[in-house]
Amino acid sequence: MRPVSYSRVADVATAIGTVTADPGSTFLAGGTNEVDLQRIHVARSRRLVDINDLPLRQIEELPGGGVRIGAVARMSDVAQALPVRRRFPVISQALLLGASPQLRNMASIGGNMMQRTRCGYFRDVAAACNKREPGTGCSALTGVNRGHAVLGTSEHCIATHPADLAVALVALDAVVLTQGPAGHRQILADDFFLLPGDTPDREHAISHGELVVAVEVPPLPMASTSIYLKVRDRESYEFALASAAVAVAIDAGVVTDVRLALGGLATKPWRARQAESVLVGAPATIESFRAAADAELAGAVPHGMNAYKIELGRRTIVRALSTVTGDARMVSDDGNPP
Amino acid sequence: MSPVLGAALDRVDGRAKVTGAARYSGELNLPNLAHAVLVGARVPSGRIIGIDCRQASVADGVHTVLTHLDLPRVAAQPKLFPSLAGLTAHGQSFFPMQDDVVHYAGQPIAVVVADTVERAEYAGSLVQVNYAETPSATLLDQVRDQAYEPQRIFGGLVPGRNPDRGDPESGLRDAELTLDLTYRFAANHQNPLEMSTTTAVWDDLDRLTLYDSTQGPTATQLSVAELLGLPPTRIRVVSHFVGGSFGAKALIWPHVTLTALAARQVGRPVRLTLSRDQMFHSCGHREEQEQRIRLGADRNGRLAALTHDKISLTSHFDDWAETSLESPAITYAAPNYAGGYRLARGNTITPTFTRGPGEATGMFALESAMDELAHTIGIDPVELRLRNHADVDPDTGKPWSSKGLRECYQRGAELFGWAGRDPAPGTRWEGRWQIGTGMATAAYPVAAPISPQRARARMYIDGSVVVEAGISEFGTGALTAMTQVAADGLGLPVDRVRFVGGTTDLPNVAAAVGSAGSGATSSPVHLACTQLRDQLVRQAVADQHSPLHGADPAAVVVRDGRMCLRDRPEVGETYAELLGRNHIPDVETVGTWMPVLAPMTDYAMHTFGAQFAEVAVDADLGLVRVRRLVGVFAPGRILNRKTAHSQLMGGMLWGLSQALLEATRMDPNTGRWANASLADYLVPVNADVPEITIDTIEVPDPVVNPLGVKGVGEIGIVGTSAAIANAVHHATGRRIRHLPITVEDLL
Ligand SMILES: Cc1cc2nc3c(=O)[nH]c(=O)nc-3n(C[C@H](O)[C@H](O)[C@H](O)COP(=O)(O)OP(=O)(O)OC[C@H]3O[C@@H](n4cnc5c(N)ncnc54)[C@H](O)[C@@H]3O)c2cc1C
Ligand code: SF4
Repeated sequence: MRPVSYSRVADVATAIGTVTADPGSTFLAGGTNEVDLQRIHVARSRRLVDINDLPLRQIEELPGGGVRIGAVARMSDVAQALPVRRRFPVISQALLLGASPQLRNMASIGGNMMQRTRCGYFRDVAAACNKREPGTGCSALTGVNRGHAVLGTSEHCIATHPADLAVALVALDAVVLTQGPAGHRQILADDFFLLPGDTPDREHAISHGELVVAVEVPPLPMASTSIYLKVRDRESYEFALASAAVAVAIDAGVVTDVRLALGGLATKPWRARQAESVLVGAPATIESFRAAADAELAGAVPHGMNAYKIELGRRTIVRALSTVTGDARMVSDDGNPP
Repeated sequence: MSPVLGAALDRVDGRAKVTGAARYSGELNLPNLAHAVLVGARVPSGRIIGIDCRQASVADGVHTVLTHLDLPRVAAQPKLFPSLAGLTAHGQSFFPMQDDVVHYAGQPIAVVVADTVERAEYAGSLVQVNYAETPSATLLDQVRDQAYEPQRIFGGLVPGRNPDRGDPESGLRDAELTLDLTYRFAANHQNPLEMSTTTAVWDDLDRLTLYDSTQGPTATQLSVAELLGLPPTRIRVVSHFVGGSFGAKALIWPHVTLTALAARQVGRPVRLTLSRDQMFHSCGHREEQEQRIRLGADRNGRLAALTHDKISLTSHFDDWAETSLESPAITYAAPNYAGGYRLARGNTITPTFTRGPGEATGMFALESAMDELAHTIGIDPVELRLRNHADVDPDTGKPWSSKGLRECYQRGAELFGWAGRDPAPGTRWEGRWQIGTGMATAAYPVAAPISPQRARARMYIDGSVVVEAGISEFGTGALTAMTQVAADGLGLPVDRVRFVGGTTDLPNVAAAVGSAGSGATSSPVHLACTQLRDQLVRQAVADQHSPLHGADPAAVVVRDGRMCLRDRPEVGETYAELLGRNHIPDVETVGTWMPVLAPMTDYAMHTFGAQFAEVAVDADLGLVRVRRLVGVFAPGRILNRKTAHSQLMGGMLWGLSQALLEATRMDPNTGRWANASLADYLVPVNADVPEITIDTIEVPDPVVNPLGVKGVGEIGIVGTSAAIANAVHHATGRRIRHLPITVEDLL
């Protein structure tokens, strides 16, 4: 591990001031990602500013049916919080299906939003990687890319965004509240995460020293039955191969409103707007769900080993929609799968 | 035998382990300890044309940075040899840092020693290396056309072709029905929880103590002695607790000797612990491989011919293949048989033992093919196996020393509820899950060391006993089982016996590998303890002050530490009374067991079992979840029901893991493993673990060793993956002929 200095701050202004003053410094929350990356020499901060004492742990109900989650609230606390479970089960499920209990007890919401990709080449300092060292190339394009993205990729980077929670937040139109040297900002979750384009090293729409202070989820009545579906090789403790966060409102068999976002498939938490627009006004049937899934994945680009993710993505969407609309079995009349 | 043998005794070291009192090799506190970190080659092939250690050498806390330019040369070229032999046991016939050539990625090219691990790691990242790269090959497909037939494999112990039987080609030609199937296997890594670690301490007299995580302390001692050019008398190895191995610590790899060399260089104790990433590059792995099976059978399913060919990737220095053909060759009574290995060289460390080494892949191939045969001709898979049951060893015609396989099938089928199974694939649904069941045979050879095995028993004047043999405890429960063997041999309660292992100061036993550990250790322990008992009984009957004076020693039995007449138990005295009266502070015996090797006997020796699996497949999302596993095995005598159960269950879980999760993926562009971490190399978590039922069939075996122990270490993994793959076929109608079976195979 590189030599690193450490300090602990008690108020937001000092936190921002300390980090802003030194370009080689960064915030440290639960440390489950930052310390890991420091140890393998991928993160190269020389100063860690511990923000765990900041008064940003609350999980509050907002009038009208929203919630506000402080940036250093722990994943496990947020997952258990009643307002979250009642109003936005998709958030609770996304959290509980992520990492492990030990990690969730350490990891914060802000840190979760800011976690880096799990691309193996990003984590291997001996490999070429545009995200870690711009201009060196992307080893994943022709390498072991079974876990890589099929949506939102560029010729410079195809790394999957790893987070589960962020997928739920993007579906719910959550707002990220930040505070930095330039003051306060409110950033729509969908805009908070950046596509790789030709600057894959830039992953978030915030600048050095800007602190995530909270996430606000606006009211959404139909989210009370929302779900998070996560598909992976083993039953627990693995990032998603594909996932979907979904909330639907149906009236007389017709979809009147829908929120759908995808994880594991894209370079950022992926709001499935194409699918949403197919669904709104369509009957809540398997056929509509399939049409929506096809529309969303139409632009997907495979890179060898990850080609299966296009079909898996479609099926994940269909399964999530069928589950949330109560037709989880998807078995047609003759008893066979459609 | 007393009831203590086989009893479900709690682990004698259980409390120490769960409270942290048990000290593992990497946890010892030593004054002045320095920490070494390996720097591995980033490229798989080439030469080092420049290595700049200036920055690293002046980094905070650094004692030294060693490269091929300044590391002392080793005294001998190592030679790969399996540790079961009890001799030197190098993992490969290559020692790094002797010149500037790079043969595989991760090959050690520098050792950094600093005052803390973190500083050593950081300094390691500052070593600047320039390579002249040369073309590399790291996948089987890149070198398949250069494959050759090795004379011998496995350190020279196994011929490159298995012995032929009959005329397999005409057997196949004349068969009513033939199958020709090819199976592919991903490379696997052992991934024990504890990473390999060595602490080296030199004393003023140039004697070396190594605290090493090893399956065989003596293997470490002899191997390091050879490389350092020291007599073994100057090297002591201590290895009390080892945090798992699965083959990673079965042979001795270069980092152990590098630690000793580094410690000598800096003149203080040095510890080197491989990082998780380095564990993928430093202690071998299960090689990437492909196996082709051809079966010829009649309409009733009787096998006429079997051929089994394997091609796999090995290193540039060794003809290594895990022995995949031996068990499949003798599992069924096929009159015509041929099988052989082909190897292709690549830029890799020499592959090595990984749980169920050989059988886990070979039996997957055979048992998958047998399932296809059963399906093709429409007979029940269990029935097909019974029809081909090998009543004698089909290879030598010798009878089995013990078998029990028919009983395993029967008991397994009962426990599983196999009877009445609908053979049609793809017809059972539970909601979105398709349900299927499958089974397979398990087989594993009974191996034994080729050298004498020793143990020592010493009784003190109060009648308590210390029994010693130089084994390490790497999680199997050996310390507990050996305590029971000793108590049984002496007629003592277990709390009067202490079993001690873990150093080369003790009588020598070969490394506990290949399921041979319990047999190899229990035998000399049993002999030492029964000899000690007999000696004391003889002394008692010769002692005119003993109540047993003049009795026939054969009429004396020992219970609870008291020698008495079998027919008149009231006549007798305790060991302590005998020793106390005669002022004898202690009595000691050494038991020596000369292992029985198959060619020396009139018997064939093998362990068998039967595996059953039920899976649920969500074919829409490509998910396989195992619902139930039943395994019934006939491993000879069980020394401890509880630890044996744990071993077998662990084996079956590793079989599940091999079937559905484990794959180390090579990137041929970088020549490095692309998923060298426990987040990316998947093994099962608790949530993947199904209901597991395990039973054993008692088969007395008077041939294999004094207690009839055939071993439970490996048999549990064999066949599990085939049972699961066969169940996947039964569930979905899809045959997957490679491992692991993952989402993309079933979409
Ligand atoms: C083995 C493993 C498995 C995992 N599995 C999953 C999974 O399945 N799903 C999933 O979603 N996640 C998973 N994770 C990731 C885990 O959720 C993240 O590591 C965790 O959420 C990071 O939070 P932290 O508080 O520890 O962040 P830290 O490690 O402390 O920080 C991470 C980054 O965020 C920055 N940061 C932290 N707080 C703030 C803030 N308030 N404002 C601005 N910047 C900030 C830090 O500077 C740093 O760059 C896994 C992690 C591991 C190690
Ligand atoms: S996919 Fe992105 S993170 Fe991975 S190697 Fe390419 S550039 Fe780096």
